[in-house]
Amino acid sequence: MTELSKSGAAVGEPVKDSPAPSAFLEVRDLKVHFPTDDGLVKSVDGLSFTLEKGKTLGIVGESGSGKSVTSLGIMGLHTTGQYGKRKAQISGEIWLDGTELLTADPDHVRKLRGREMAMIFQDPLSALHPYYTIGQQIVEAYRIHHKVDKKTARRRAVEMLDRVGIPQPDKRVDSYPHEFSGGMRQRAMIAMSLVNNPELLIADEPTTALDVTVQAQILDLIRDLQKEFGSAVIVITHDLGVVAELSDDILVMYGGRCIERGPAEKVFYEPKHPYTWGLLGSMPRLDREQTERLIPVKGSPPSLINLPTGCAFNPRCAYADVPKDNVTRTVRPELAQVGGRHWAACHMTQEQRERIWTEEIAPKL
Amino acid sequence: MARGTAAGPRAVLAYLIRRLFAAAVMLVVIILVVFGIFFLVPRWAGVDPATMFVGKQADPAAIEAVRQKLGLADPIFAQVWEFFKGLFVGRTYSGGGDVTECAAPCFGYSFRNEQAIWPVLTDRFPVTLGLALGAAFLWLIFGVAAGVLSALKRGSLWDRGAMIIALGGVSLPIYFTGMLSLAIFSYGLGWIDGRYVPLSESFTGWLGGMILPWVTLAFLYAAMYARITRATMMEVLGEDYIRTARAKGLTEPVVIGKHAMRSTMTPILTMLGMDLGALIGGAILTETTFSLPGLGQAVLTAISDKDLPVILGVTLITSLAVIIANLLVDLLYAVIDPRVRLS
Repeated sequence: MTELSKSGAAVGEPVKDSPAPSAFLEVRDLKVHFPTDDGLVKSVDGLSFTLEKGKTLGIVGESGSGKSVTSLGIMGLHTTGQYGKRKAQISGEIWLDGTELLTADPDHVRKLRGREMAMIFQDPLSALHPYYTIGQQIVEAYRIHHKVDKKTARRRAVEMLDRVGIPQPDKRVDSYPHEFSGGMRQRAMIAMSLVNNPELLIADEPTTALDVTVQAQILDLIRDLQKEFGSAVIVITHDLGVVAELSDDILVMYGGRCIERGPAEKVFYEPKHPYTWGLLGSMPRLDREQTERLIPVKGSPPSLINLPTGCAFNPRCAYADVPKDNVTRTVRPELAQVGGRHWAACHMTQEQRERIWTEEIAPKL
Repeated sequence: MARGTAAGPRAVLAYLIRRLFAAAVMLVVIILVVFGIFFLVPRWAGVDPATMFVGKQADPAAIEAVRQKLGLADPIFAQVWEFFKGLFVGRTYSGGGDVTECAAPCFGYSFRNEQAIWPVLTDRFPVTLGLALGAAFLWLIFGVAAGVLSALKRGSLWDRGAMIIALGGVSLPIYFTGMLSLAIFSYGLGWIDGRYVPLSESFTGWLGGMILPWVTLAFLYAAMYARITRATMMEVLGEDYIRTARAKGLTEPVVIGKHAMRSTMTPILTMLGMDLGALIGGAILTETTFSLPGLGQAVLTAISDKDLPVILGVTLITSLAVIIANLLVDLLYAVIDPRVRLS
């Protein structure tokens, strides 16, 4: 990793290797590897970013690109309770508000979970315990971190349910998850994760399992709550439209690495990496005329055990032969600055990219 | 129910009445089928049931007398009717001046042993019940604990060892493990007398007589329960809501002991209901091996003696036990799992 990519901040100015960074959340050269019988699965392989309070970072990528593994890594859920499984090998640094999480005492990290950092999961039906009422689950989440009696905690649960827009919260607090609709369940899940006013909220595909009509409501809710609570938010999704709507910054992952990163409007309107072009091309959009079919990204996600040599995207890249000397297949491109606070990992020169973008890609979008 | 959570007491009562009615119908059907098998099949096979009661060497007059007395010459539906009537008001067998009374509830009369069936059942039922409940207590504790530990220490020496022992427990028949335990602890070391003493006579004597049967029976079931618990627990640990519990910051003992155990126990309790129901009908092998005077031993003796009324009586009691156990499991299920509704 170069100095630049290691400490390059997605939000705010890059911070050089200071022991305790000033950023609220800083991930440095994070690697999460899983030993399997077939070989070492490098789910995340050298990821760095920073995030400030009150800001939202969108992490985008297809299945298996390492998005969820990253979020579980920050939460410390790869090492906890992996009974009998071969444990994940994690290296790098995760600084949350001045504490390095990977080397901290596991019990200290446990106390941070749910209080300082909370998570919303993809499928609220399976993420909520089927045998306990919504209220019981929220009360439990509150009482681990606050020494209050059940009545107080219950009042707090009702208050949170009200805040996330659940009607008749004093009645619904005694309902079971299966008695809620999908959108209501995700609202309850959000209420549960926000009950302790966490400073970092990680939303892992928060709308993927929901009806399209409900998705926008949930996104609005997350945005409103972030303004209200001032927390830092990481939204993980494969849907570029979701992050474009929510995020201040976007980080695009491919094969366990960051391949493009920058302010949302830059990545969305002036993307610099062919994979990001592919993501944009395969996204249905209502704000443009529907003249052509969607353009899928050809091929399938790379094997995380044997990543293609050189640029991991080269077998699927239509422009792999644009740079000279077959360099895309032999040398792995590092993140390089392509604009103000905007980085991309691609061998093509600025001019080549500009030409392809303006002549071939942009007109089709 | 619109979206009411737990069913109200009235709903539970209505459900209970419905189920009890269904159980009664089921019992009647079982009586008809068992009655049919035991009294029709000999007729079709050309065997005279009367000779089965008095023995082959009896003279024709004696056989005829028995046939009269038992009503074996009557049409089948009349015989069934007499049987049902006997259950509620008792029955009088009479033929050739020989009169035998059988008080209600009359489950029939064993002419081989010259006694009514009902007292036999009530004598032997407590023995079987004690055996089943004691063993269930042991196997639940040890089987579930071993299964949970194995799931948490998957692939470890403990896990492999426990699962090999469990495989042995499932594969080895009771009459082998039972005999072995008797040989070691009773005849070899002389620690345990091994004779059955009724609870009403001596508590310690009863414990001494029951301990080996309990352990032997519990070993078999603990092995099965350990394997089921391990598999269920491993599946539950992979559930999203367990990850959520950890993401809340719960400690591992709470995650495992509360969130994971709650889901793991559901199928275990279902199994327990079924197994207890079946065992209460008679643990034939265990009772025979340890000479426990329970229902299982009674039915085994009855089968070798061709004592049809006893077989019929025990079969009915067994069916009743299984039906009640099923009902209890269903009710329990509705209590544990809020997604199950009583309707």
